[in-house]
Amino acid sequence: MRYETDVTVIGAGGAGMAAALSAHRNGADVILIEREEESGGVLNQCIHNGFGLHYYRKDLTGPEFKETLEEELATTNVKVLEGTFVLDVSKDKKITFVNSKGIHEVKTKALVMTTGARERHFNSLGIPGDRVSGIFTAGVAQKYINLQNLKPANSALIVGSGDIGLIMARRLHLEGIEVKGVVEILPYPGGLERNVQQCLRDYNIPLYLSHSVTRVEGKNRLDKVYVSQIDEAGRIVPNSERVFNVDALITSVGLIPSVKPVEFVRTGPGFITTNTNQTTADWIFAAGNCTVIFDLVDYVAREGEKAGKYAALYAKNEYVPEERITIKKGKNINIIHPSYIDPNESTKLYVRVSKVFQRAEITVEPLGIEIIEEEARPSEMIEIHIKSFKEKRIKEIEVSAHELG
Amino acid sequence: MNLVEYKKKKIICTNCPLGCKINLIYTDADEVEIIEAQGNTCKRGLEFAKQEITDPVRVVVTSVKVEDGEIPMTSVRSDKPVPLRLMEEIMDVIREIKVNAPVVKGDIIVENILNTGANIISTRTVNSRDSKSKEQKKLKENYDG
Repeated sequence: MRYETDVTVIGAGGAGMAAALSAHRNGADVILIEREEESGGVLNQCIHNGFGLHYYRKDLTGPEFKETLEEELATTNVKVLEGTFVLDVSKDKKITFVNSKGIHEVKTKALVMTTGARERHFNSLGIPGDRVSGIFTAGVAQKYINLQNLKPANSALIVGSGDIGLIMARRLHLEGIEVKGVVEILPYPGGLERNVQQCLRDYNIPLYLSHSVTRVEGKNRLDKVYVSQIDEAGRIVPNSERVFNVDALITSVGLIPSVKPVEFVRTGPGFITTNTNQTTADWIFAAGNCTVIFDLVDYVAREGEKAGKYAALYAKNEYVPEERITIKKGKNINIIHPSYIDPNESTKLYVRVSKVFQRAEITVEPLGIEIIEEEARPSEMIEIHIKSFKEKRIKEIEVSAHELG
Repeated sequence: MNLVEYKKKKIICTNCPLGCKINLIYTDADEVEIIEAQGNTCKRGLEFAKQEITDPVRVVVTSVKVEDGEIPMTSVRSDKPVPLRLMEEIMDVIREIKVNAPVVKGDIIVENILNTGANIISTRTVNSRDSKSKEQKKLKENYDG
């Protein structure tokens, strides 16, 4: 089958569904492609609440957030192709995909990549010991418990205190699996403060900051996990070793943006984009966790909505950017998104600082923007709004953070 | 001399992902009274803080078994927060429950759980095993062309 369309969206998670909706609302014919049998991406298994407070002004669970988007999509003529896998995106705007009906090709005017992220795996941590069963990423454990009614362990230790790790600590505990602790190599937790409270402190689950897993042991199935304290220089503190007798190790050690199969645009590691979600190929837009890892699905959906809009305008030749201003990471900034600004459009700038501040002042120069952030931490994304501007002499913008004390 | 003891506590508001850190000075001699609160960015934070030092409440989120469904579980939540101290007991009740497909988002699964005044409601739709294949067939036909 050959198709033609204005906008193709790859990946029907929070970003992709929002992108498809907004491209449709901006007058485009839209095809939305999803490789799973069901749209929604990770929202399907994130059964906890706390989603949608910004985007819908309601406290929703992941499945509720997804069904809300799905209900809106059902009122449109957006073609949703589930169980469909994209094989190739070519430079001449052809997308090849496969599903139960065979191999198809769609000629598109614009593309929105909303392919999300994958979990970093235990094997990338370089931890010595036996290669045994019982080591899961948090997302896999979450899928087993929340969607497949499987109990993956009797007792568990969690490594990495990212949000999924914290959420899974509570989930495992409430399902009767003994959670012996959460081990974090950094001196501060990786997830949101609210999750440290409602997932760990609420149930007296210990958090071992500045600790690292040094070895795993077992015959076929995991049996022992060795953990030691780490000093400021990253060395193991002598005689600080603890042994945890657990049959599962759950890893929550970061997400990696997924950019396949587009290989001819700039990435680092996610898609590099402008404030209008345009990548270095002007017909390809990107949003959500395939660009940078966001804290909230609310941000992801908002970015998707924006990408869908500009992709639709681009398809109609109504959006042609004239210039791009580079945004640079200054002092104490770890992550910045987007990387370029089209100054004719407004910008939501997402920033992560590189260390813990008591009181941080974050500056955007030469635009003269200064914001104060109490207890800024790398794990909590800071959002800065920049209005459109006409100042022609600005060639580069720099974002920095410093301690006010 | 001050007869009432002023207590200090730092509370993380879990109402929303902002997770405001609220520094409280309060008394709890007879009734909980907040003397000073700093760090909350909205009114809900203050109410939360007061609740948190009196009797913390949380929304329950978990899943329930579904018979003859396209997937074996539906996810559920309480439609309002319940006392944290009852969480384990509530989980014990929910763990024993089975419902039959189809389940629709918003369906009440347990009414007034443990007399908390909160209902346990489904947060997703689970079609029954047969209707799923029918519906999919219909959808697939729509995709032709």
